[in-house]
Amino acid sequence: MDYIPNTDADRAEMLKVVGVETVADLFHDVPEQFRFPKLDLPPALTEMEMLQELQALADENDDLNHLACFLGAGAYNHFVPKVVDSIISRGEFYTAYTPYQPEISQGTLQAHFEYQSMITALTGMEVSNVSHYDGATAVAEAVIMALQVGRNKRCNVILSPTLNPQYRDVVHTYTQGMCVKTIGENAPLGDLNALADMCDKDAACVIVQNPDFLGRLYLPAEMQALADRVHGAGAMLIVACDPISLGLFTPPGHYGADVACGEAQPMGNSLSLGGPYVGFFAMKMGEVRKSAGRIVGQTVDVDEERGFNALAAAIYMAAMGKHGLKKAAELTYHKAHYAAKLVDALDDYAVKSDGPFFKEFVVQCPLPIAELNERLLNEWGIVGGYDLGADYPELKDHMLVCVTEMNSKVEIETLAEALAAIAAPASEDLEGQDESLGETEQSDIEEVA
Amino acid sequence: MGEPLIYEICRAGRKAVHLPDVDVPESPLPQDALRGELPLPEVSEIDLVRHYTRLSQLNHSIDTGFYPLGSCTMKYNPKVNEYAARMAGLANLHPLQDMDSIQGAMALMHNLQEMLAEIAGFAAVTLQPAAGAHGELTGVLIMRKYLYEKGETQRDVIIVPDSAHGTNPATTSMSGLKVVECPSAADGNVDLAALKALIAKHGDRLVGLMLTNPNTLGLFDENVAEVLQLVHEAGGLVYGDGANFNAILGIAKPGALGFDVMHYNLHKTFSTPHGGGGPGSGAVGVAAHLAEYLPGPIVARDEDGYFRWEMPAKSIGRVKAFWGNFGILVRAYTYIRMHGAAGLRAISENAVLNANYIQARLRGVYPIPHGDRTCMHEFVAQGKLDGAPTINTMDIAKRLMDYEFHPPTVYFPLIVPEAIMIEPTETESKETLDAFCDAMIQIAQEARETPELLKTAPHNSPVKRLDEVRAAKELQLCYAPGCS
Ligand SMILES: Cc1ncc(COP(=O)(O)O)c(C=O)c1O
Repeated sequence: MDYIPNTDADRAEMLKVVGVETVADLFHDVPEQFRFPKLDLPPALTEMEMLQELQALADENDDLNHLACFLGAGAYNHFVPKVVDSIISRGEFYTAYTPYQPEISQGTLQAHFEYQSMITALTGMEVSNVSHYDGATAVAEAVIMALQVGRNKRCNVILSPTLNPQYRDVVHTYTQGMCVKTIGENAPLGDLNALADMCDKDAACVIVQNPDFLGRLYLPAEMQALADRVHGAGAMLIVACDPISLGLFTPPGHYGADVACGEAQPMGNSLSLGGPYVGFFAMKMGEVRKSAGRIVGQTVDVDEERGFNALAAAIYMAAMGKHGLKKAAELTYHKAHYAAKLVDALDDYAVKSDGPFFKEFVVQCPLPIAELNERLLNEWGIVGGYDLGADYPELKDHMLVCVTEMNSKVEIETLAEALAAIAAPASEDLEGQDESLGETEQSDIEEVA
Repeated sequence: MGEPLIYEICRAGRKAVHLPDVDVPESPLPQDALRGELPLPEVSEIDLVRHYTRLSQLNHSIDTGFYPLGSCTMKYNPKVNEYAARMAGLANLHPLQDMDSIQGAMALMHNLQEMLAEIAGFAAVTLQPAAGAHGELTGVLIMRKYLYEKGETQRDVIIVPDSAHGTNPATTSMSGLKVVECPSAADGNVDLAALKALIAKHGDRLVGLMLTNPNTLGLFDENVAEVLQLVHEAGGLVYGDGANFNAILGIAKPGALGFDVMHYNLHKTFSTPHGGGGPGSGAVGVAAHLAEYLPGPIVARDEDGYFRWEMPAKSIGRVKAFWGNFGILVRAYTYIRMHGAAGLRAISENAVLNANYIQARLRGVYPIPHGDRTCMHEFVAQGKLDGAPTINTMDIAKRLMDYEFHPPTVYFPLIVPEAIMIEPTETESKETLDAFCDAMIQIAQEARETPELLKTAPHNSPVKRLDEVRAAKELQLCYAPGCS
C-alpha cells in the first residue's frame, strides 16, 4: 500500500524526458556495494489490515476512557472541549509548515500571534514566543537564555529540588558541555530562602516551579521576596508553572519572574503517552531578542516550533475563555481538596502537604506505592498517583495524587474507599471489588444502550 | 480586510464552553494567591469555529495544493495516520501509567525502534528527540560523551560542510563544541582536499563531521565512503543529518555506509504532518559502539516478551520529558507498516524520479548549477534569468503563488546564490509536476516581458507582499485589550 499516484505509463514517459532507461539508473552515485540493500521488515498491510493491527495494539492498553485517573506529575488529564480537536483536524492547519511565505500562511501566523497574546495575558508577562518542544525543554532553553544574559560569566544555575525531576534532567543534559554548575537540588524541599541564599555574583538564574512538583502553591508575597533577592544578586528568576492554575492564581508576571514557562499540554492537548506536547515561554521585553523560537513578526534564531500543539492551546484558551479557565481551575481546586480531606481521614494514610496546594498533594501510604497502584488498577480501575520515592528517597512510600475537574465525586470517594480497603486486612477487599469503578461504568453504559 | 483578531470578536459574557457546577463540598481559597483580572477572550462556539476556519483558509497546505518546499519533504499525510493517533487506546494514555497497562503502546514503540534501525542500518534507536534539530543536539552530545569516556577530552571541533542546514552549526555550538566549515567542491561533493587539510589541522581535536547525504544540493556525495574513512582514520565520528532520507529508503543504508549516528525526521520521511511548524520527531539511530549513550528511556524487550522502559547504561541523559512524541510515533509506525520494504523503496524511487523529471524540464530555463548530474529527491535551481536583470528568486517565488503553488525553499542552501530548492516528493502526479513546470517556464518568460507582474506578486493571496524588514523593526508581539 502506498500513496504514489504515478502509474507505470507515467513513469515510462518521465524516464524518457529524464533520459535514462530505468529508475535504477538514477542511483548510480550510490556506491555499488551499498546500493539497494535488503530491508528486513514485516510485510506491507492494507488500510483495513492496519486498522485491525492498531486496534489490537490499542486493546492491550488500559486507556483513561475506562479508568479513573489520579496521576499527574507533569502530564494532566484536563477536559478538552471537542471544538479543539475539530479545528486542529483541518488539513489547512496541520498539513501546512512553518510560515516561510507569510502571504499564504496568514492563518498560521495569526493563530500564533493570538496564541502569544493569550499566553502573555495568562502569565502576566510582556511577550511570548511560539513554543518549545515541551515544558522540560522550555525550562532548559530558559536556563540557556539566562546564561547568555549573564554573558556566560555567571555559571551557577540554581535548580529547586521541587522543580519537576525530568525538567532538571533535561537541564543537566542540555548544559553538559557548558561552563555550568547546577546547585540547589539538595536544598530542603520547599525552602525558597535556601535557594535565595545561594544567589551571588556567580548565579545566572534560579528556577522554581509554582505550584511545585509536590503540589505546593507558593504565595505571591513569598515569590516576590524570592524575586527581589534573586534580582538583588543580578540573576534571573525563571518560574515553571501550570497554566490551568493561572485561571485562578496570581501569575508569575505579577510577582517578579523574568521568565514564565512550562508545559501547555493541559490546555487542549491529549495525554498521548507523553507527547507531542508544547512548552510555553513568556518573558519580560528586554529578553525578547535572546529567546529561541519564532516570534511572529520577527524571526529570532529559529528553533523548532510546536505549531500544531500551540494551536490546540490557543483554541483551548479562546474556547475556555476568561470564565471557563477560571471555572476549570476552581473545580480542580475544590475536588483536589475534597480528595485530600477524604484521604487524610483514612487511618493508614496521611496527607503531607501542609501549605496551600492546587491540584496535587502528597500522601504517605502504608505500603509501597508500586504495590498499591497495582491493586488500585487491577481491583478498582483506578490509575493511582505518582511514586515519589524514585526521585526523593526521603519520600519513599509517598504518593503524589492529582485531581482535576475530570474526576467525579464518585471517583474521588471510590479512591478513598479503595485506599482504605487496600490498607485493611485481606478479607475485606472482596467486598470493595463489587463497587469498583470499572463495574459502575459498565452498568451505566448498559443502561444507556 | 483580513480576519479580525480573536480579541476583536469577543463580547463580555459570551461562552463557548460550559463546565458543570462544583459537586463536592467547597474548600476555602487562599485569598492572598488569587489573581485579579484574567484577560482571556469571551466568544461563542460558533464565532470561535468560524474564526479558526477562516484562518485555516488563509493557509496554503498540502491538502490544498502542491508544496515543493525543498528539504522539508512536504508529502501527502495519510488520513488513516490521523485516525490512528487519536484512537482512545493509544491517545488517552498517561505517560507515567504502569507499564503493565501500556504494553500495546510500548510494543508499538519497540517495533518502530527496530524498523527504523533496520531501514537505516543502525544497531539501536531512541525515539525521544522531538525534531531534527533536537536529534542533532542529541547526536552531537552522544559523540562527545563517547570520545570523552575514551579519555579523548581534548576533542572539541566539529567539521560542518558549507552546504549544511543552519541547525547543524547551531546545535554544535549549543553543545559547547567549535564549528569549522568545510567548503564544497565544484561538483557539489565535499571538497576532499579541503577536508583533508582541516583534518590535518585539527588532528586529535576532531570530534567528527556532520554530513547531510544526499546533501542540500540534492546530490548523493559520490565520495561518501572516502569522506567517512578520512574522518574515522582521524579518530572522529560522522553524524548523518537524515533530513534527506526520503531519497534513499531501500536505496542505501547510512549505517552500512559507515555513519556512526543519524537523526530521522519522522515528519519528513515518514509523513507525519508538519502541523504549521511542528510537532515532529527526530528519532536518532546509532551504530553499536554508541548504543549505550542514547538518551532515554527507550523501550527494551525482555526474553518473555515483556516491554520495559530502560535507560541506556552511559546515556547522555534525557533530552525531553517522558518518552518521545508518541502521537507522532503512532503515525510513523502506521506509515512504515503499510509500506513494507518494497513500498519504502518505491517511495524513494518515485521521489527521485519526480525530482529528476522537473529538473529535466527546467534545464535550460533556469540555471541549475549541478544540473548535469542526476539529482536525488530534490535539486537546486537559481532565480537568475538572462534578459531579466531586475528579477530575483523572491520575485519568482511570490509569482508562483499566483499560480496557486507554494514556492520552493528559497535562498537555501546558502552556497548557491538566488537558490530555488525544489522537492516534489513521491506523492505528486505527473500532471501536477507538469503544471508546476509550465508555471515556472511561463514565469521565466514573464520575467523578461512583464517583470512588473513578478515585482508586484502575489496578486491573489489574502495579503499583499509583506515587508518583513519593517515587521522586524516595529515588533508588535501581542495584543490583549480585553473584551468590550
Ligand atoms: C537539512 C536539514 N537538516 C536539519 C533540519 C532541521 O530539522 P527540524 O526542522 O526537524 O528541526 C532541516 C529542516 O528543515 C533540514 O532541512
